Amino acid sequence: MIVALLICIVGLLGLGIAGVALALRPLGRAVVYGGAAGLCAVIGLLALVALGRPPSTIVLPLGLPWVGAHLRLDALSSFFAFVVGVGGAGASVYALGYSRHQEAPQRVLPFYPVFLAGLFLVLLADDAFTFLFSWELMSLASWALVVSHHREGDNTRAGYIYLLMAAFSGLTLLLGFGLLAGATGGYAFEAMRAAHPSAGVAALVLALALLGAGSKAGLVPLHAWLPLAHPAAPSHVSALMSGVMTKVAVYAFVRIVFDLLGLPSWWSAVVVLALGGITAVLGVLYALMQHDLKRLLAYHTVENIGIIFIGLGLAMAFRANGFAIGAALALTAALFHVFNHAVFKSLLFFGAGAVLSATGERDMEHLGGLIHRMRLSSFAFLIGCAAISALPPLNGFVSEWLTFQAILLRPGLPQWGLKIMIPADGALLALAAALAAACFVKAYGVTYLGRPRTAAAANATEVDRWSLGAMMGFATLCLLAGIFPGVMIDALAPVSQALLGARMPAQLVLPWLSIIPVAASRSSYNGLLIFTFLAASTWLTAWAIHRFASRAVRRGAAWDCGFPDPGPATQYTADSFAQPIRRVFGTVVFRTHETVVMPPPGDLAPARIEKSSRDLVWETFYAPVARAVTATADTLNQVQFLTIRRYLAFVFLALVALLLALALWQ
Amino acid sequence: MALVLLAAPLLTGLIRKVKARLQRRRGASVLQPYRDLRRLLGKEVVLADNASWLFRTAPYLIFAFTWVAASLVPTFATGLLFSWTGDLIAIIALLGAARFLLALAGMDVGTSFGGIGASREVMIASLAEPAMLMVILSLALIAGSTQLSTIAQFMLSPAAGLRVSLALALVAFVVVAIAENARIPVDNPATHLELTMVHEAMVLEYSGRHLAMIELAASLKLLLMISAIACIFFPFGLVIGASEAGRYFVGLGAYALKLAVAGTLLGIFEMSIAKMRVFRVPNLLGGALMLALLATLLLFVSVGL
Repeated sequence: MIVALLICIVGLLGLGIAGVALALRPLGRAVVYGGAAGLCAVIGLLALVALGRPPSTIVLPLGLPWVGAHLRLDALSSFFAFVVGVGGAGASVYALGYSRHQEAPQRVLPFYPVFLAGLFLVLLADDAFTFLFSWELMSLASWALVVSHHREGDNTRAGYIYLLMAAFSGLTLLLGFGLLAGATGGYAFEAMRAAHPSAGVAALVLALALLGAGSKAGLVPLHAWLPLAHPAAPSHVSALMSGVMTKVAVYAFVRIVFDLLGLPSWWSAVVVLALGGITAVLGVLYALMQHDLKRLLAYHTVENIGIIFIGLGLAMAFRANGFAIGAALALTAALFHVFNHAVFKSLLFFGAGAVLSATGERDMEHLGGLIHRMRLSSFAFLIGCAAISALPPLNGFVSEWLTFQAILLRPGLPQWGLKIMIPADGALLALAAALAAACFVKAYGVTYLGRPRTAAAANATEVDRWSLGAMMGFATLCLLAGIFPGVMIDALAPVSQALLGARMPAQLVLPWLSIIPVAASRSSYNGLLIFTFLAASTWLTAWAIHRFASRAVRRGAAWDCGFPDPGPATQYTADSFAQPIRRVFGTVVFRTHETVVMPPPGDLAPARIEKSSRDLVWETFYAPVARAVTATADTLNQVQFLTIRRYLAFVFLALVALLLALALWQ
Repeated sequence: MALVLLAAPLLTGLIRKVKARLQRRRGASVLQPYRDLRRLLGKEVVLADNASWLFRTAPYLIFAFTWVAASLVPTFATGLLFSWTGDLIAIIALLGAARFLLALAGMDVGTSFGGIGASREVMIASLAEPAMLMVILSLALIAGSTQLSTIAQFMLSPAAGLRVSLALALVAFVVVAIAENARIPVDNPATHLELTMVHEAMVLEYSGRHLAMIELAASLKLLLMISAIACIFFPFGLVIGASEAGRYFVGLGAYALKLAVAGTLLGIFEMSIAKMRVFRVPNLLGGALMLALLATLLLFVSVGL
């Protein structure tokens, strides 16, 4: 099984080389993206089959001569490989249509399959070297894709910050693996599983894993690169980075904390829960303030990563207290959300890419009325918005419902930190869910509804069939995962069994295909029946109305109170839509400030409104570090300009210091 | 399902009658909402020139979501055939889906009225929904289930005593219900002045049968909230499981009495205070959220003590 996957990964690397050769020909796009779609689909299917089977391992004579490359395909890797396969296949199919109008294909085509290969290799790695090599391959390939349009806007700065954060994550993971390997130096994951680190070392490894995997996933405060880098890349790559690469970072965290570290301590669960909750709320608040469609979606990824980490924190908390079945429920909820988010975030990025290729605009303030011009893609985007806002009967609701059931599961945990953190996280999760719905009403309403604000929006045309196919496919997947959630829960059972030793009760044997996470007396949900009731009620209402009531329709002007409407500028913009929420939440979180300057009576100048807001995370964490590094570099730079006498004295002093150190060491 | 559909306009008519009486008017008859619905159903629909398919299908979907949610709430008996398909969280999420579609429909025509309604509605929802979810969490912790029938059954049994968390949850629930149903002090259901509209602003462009469905959905939502409060906090007369016909009549009578009392109290409450400024509403809802969070926290820390 693992050999088949490796062959597909080698195939992806081969496609990268083919991309170099064929980049400038139209055949190149078809070969690279079509091949990538096929290979990702095959890998996804293989991973699905491998979920139920025992793990398979292989050792390749590559890499370091005395270590080799260990690769392993177990339940956790298979599930994430399935998610990456689905996301990669969808993005490749979308790219077949989207990349038609892309300039400089030679900057994108070679790196795209290599990025996919890196993603899959991280999932298969079974020793620290292979893991880190694949991690860096993934980061570098995606960096090349982020700066592929380097002449546009702020993309070079985005790529620079992305590279810094990627290097930071690689460094912290390297340190973490080094600590796990310990003095014996056993870098294979098998050796790390068998070794039991002391409590201090385990705490340090957890902190390093949170920093490393969290910065790649987008945990606050390490998220700052995400809204810069994800919009800068081409849309299919943005979908992969947001939907899939962040999930591979979640995989890294789950692998290190649940598999390699063993039993977590309860206070580490408190830390993860706290970070998850803060990330969820801050992510969506940032998203609400944006009017760039892709940046809004990127900030929203941060929120969903927060929700996933809330689930993971709950799993850690229950496991630390020996409540294995509760941990299984929480882990299943988190991993179900991993799949859901990969699907609907990719769908939303595809929609944003469709808007970008149809109008050339990413800014919502220049769009509007696209529902009339782009019918199918607007429908698919609506399904994505409804799914991400956790509305039944779609899939986002199921994973949030399962997370709430996990929060309610055992209030009697003995540790006070958990007793306070878990209900606080429930409140933060609820707040994030409500704000997410607000965010997507804004995104859909300003972009697709209303009247077109610019000529570009008024002249938009529907995108091509490949893009539409990918979008409708993912929309269907959202609906299916919401109607048949038992399939996904039962598919995740081997994962929780392998990691936690317990699994949720079998769902597919239940009557009517409902899901019952704990017991029928506690709670149950049936997506299929709710969907059937909704469809039946809608149809019945429509039939009854059309049978017994009037069917007449007349078109007229919109209500304008008697004042003829001057134009599309009078409708609500993204900023004005977010103004009530900005006033309620933003004054605290972003220190937003609005000043209105009214001209004196008689003056014909327009009134002005100025809004200011501050990014407190950037000012607290990033700007001081950048200033310190620059200051240190400036100070140390003086070493470049010393006279020859000073250099000779420098060498002499260094020699004396090293000899002293050697003497003291003996 | 049919019972809630027939009872909803009657409840709205009762509330309007109580408010009219308190204003020293005679008021329209309590059956007037039925006549209004019949009148609207017979009228032709006037659509704005640029209204899209979403605008035309949203009323049907909003009505369907609200109707399905209302059917999941026990009214006079808990033995609803399909109550296990959705628990309280699913009911609130269905109402949230209806609100999502209504806000989108408000944005559809591209006037500033729709924008004002939609942006204020999502601001209110961003605080009301978390407060509601925290109330559900505290009820679930007390009763051991999120299923509404099980909660109602638990409240009728002697195991549920007087608890501080229940009182806090009741206050928070009532505040959230007022906000969700667009009643004074959060929103005025009878106004059409743009500075005071939230719900009315979103449905300003609707007419004819579409408006009839949205009005019926709003009445259904009010009935749903009052039924939920009645079956959780005042479950007297609720029929548990299968029973003989006499008990059902008693249950029906008790339910009608609860609706009448709730309607009268709501009417009196709406007449006694004025509508709040829009940016004072987050203070009210934030208070409800804090009360609900406090209720949940109290339960979390008191278990095992």
